[in-house]
Amino acid sequence: MQYYLLSVITPTDGTPPGPEAMAEIVRNLDTFHAELREAGAWVFAGGLHGPETATVLRPEGGDVLITDGPYAEGKEYLGGICLIKAPDLDAALEWGRKATRATTLPIEVRPFMHQAEE
Amino acid sequence: MTPRPVDVEAVFRAEYGRAVAVLVRFLGDIDLAEEAVQDAFTTAVLRWPETGVPPSPAGWIITTARNRALDRLRREAKRDARHAEAALLRTPDAPAEEGPVRDDRLRLIFTCCHPALAPQAQVALTLRLLGGLSTPQIARAFLVPEPTMAQRLVRAKAKIRDARIPYRVPRDADLPDRLGGVLAVVYLIFNEGYGGTPELCAEAVRLGRLLAELMPDEPEVTGLLALMLLVDSRRSARLDEHGGLVPLPEQDRDRWDGELIAEGQSLVRRCLRRNRPGPYQIQAAIQAVHSDAPSADATDWGQIRQLYDQLIALAPSPVVALNRAVAVAETAGPGPALGLVDALDLDGYHVFHAVRAELLRRLGRDAEAVRAYEAAIARAGSAAERVHLERRRQELVRG
Repeated sequence: MQYYLLSVITPTDGTPPGPEAMAEIVRNLDTFHAELREAGAWVFAGGLHGPETATVLRPEGGDVLITDGPYAEGKEYLGGICLIKAPDLDAALEWGRKATRATTLPIEVRPFMHQAEE
Repeated sequence: MTPRPVDVEAVFRAEYGRAVAVLVRFLGDIDLAEEAVQDAFTTAVLRWPETGVPPSPAGWIITTARNRALDRLRREAKRDARHAEAALLRTPDAPAEEGPVRDDRLRLIFTCCHPALAPQAQVALTLRLLGGLSTPQIARAFLVPEPTMAQRLVRAKAKIRDARIPYRVPRDADLPDRLGGVLAVVYLIFNEGYGGTPELCAEAVRLGRLLAELMPDEPEVTGLLALMLLVDSRRSARLDEHGGLVPLPEQDRDRWDGELIAEGQSLVRRCLRRNRPGPYQIQAAIQAVHSDAPSADATDWGQIRQLYDQLIALAPSPVVALNRAVAVAETAGPGPALGLVDALDLDGYHVFHAVRAELLRRLGRDAEAVRAYEAAIARAGSAAERVHLERRRQELVRG
């Protein structure tokens, strides 16, 4: 088995969904997560607060410097992550497809370097 | 016993893809498989002149490649212990069997044409792994510097390995989509070759034949093969002695390849009997109507127009609409056709301007036709097309 990271790509300037649409997204995500658990593919998932809540640390000489984040302003930011276990990319993409439908946002799928135990 | 004449090159062309496909299954690693197969061919070059070509060259290559790979893995067991073990466990006794070998090539082409890979990478990988073309050959064919092409291949192979792109034929639910991707890659290779690299056309036809043999129940696969054969049948008639393009109505039909036409038309008939039409089959049927006509004037344009109506309903696109307009010009006259063409948003496409120019010329609107030819010349992709368009423009200017 292979670990994959599904990243939720959230537009910075996008209008956030209204309360009803949001409630539906939350419901769909709950269903998606339940499905992941049932299939044994679940590792971890969660939404992130916005980039304005980010703090950046960087090496500075021998020290570590703390600054207000995010690290880079972009047209998109990481809105949430979902960590899954899947046998191959096709299986991971199938989960990614479901995540895209549930969040109504683009999803990036990336493999981890280390393989998962069966 | 006199050794049979040795043509390692021919065996390489015919069997490289098959051997790599089998070895990928044994080893689970494309680079390792390619190295092993190349090793085996190097050995063949040295040995076959003495021993003669073995009765089953493919079997010999696959067995030799497998043994080379295992030797290497055992030597490097510390580093790649898991691979070696997996390879040993998975190695069957008779690697050259027909059935599983066929499946292996099909698996490999679906891996090469996986939608998670960039289209250019899909094309390059397919030519490299199934066609056995070298990296410099592929780079030349696509007018890309060799290091760029090498890097493209390395990255694609790394993604297959790291992201675990599977090595298998997709399940039935995904097959129509994924097969569409594979056919698109083969047709892209063909069209790229048609622009001036005959070896790519030949490779696309070879891949088309392979797919048609491996997936006899998919009519679109048959349709694509028929389409390529029918278009390719006109290869020696489509350029004049100055390298200019000769449009279909003006081609010397005696120079068309009758064998390719007969094969293409018989495949089209097989598709018609299936009655599960798709875009490639309809395009092949259109080409078959052209091939049927003993002269340009004898072309059954009514049937071609009907086929375009069907194609546009199934796979609407501005380019299909443009081609349909050409058939409308032949059945209803240049006036109605020009109306259809002018409604299309294809300014960047040279054929759009060439078709407009032709229609304007036939309507006697010469000045506008000249401007349209100029627009077409400015956008034309190949020298052959520019030569042809320039000649047309000159005819009008001279009056």
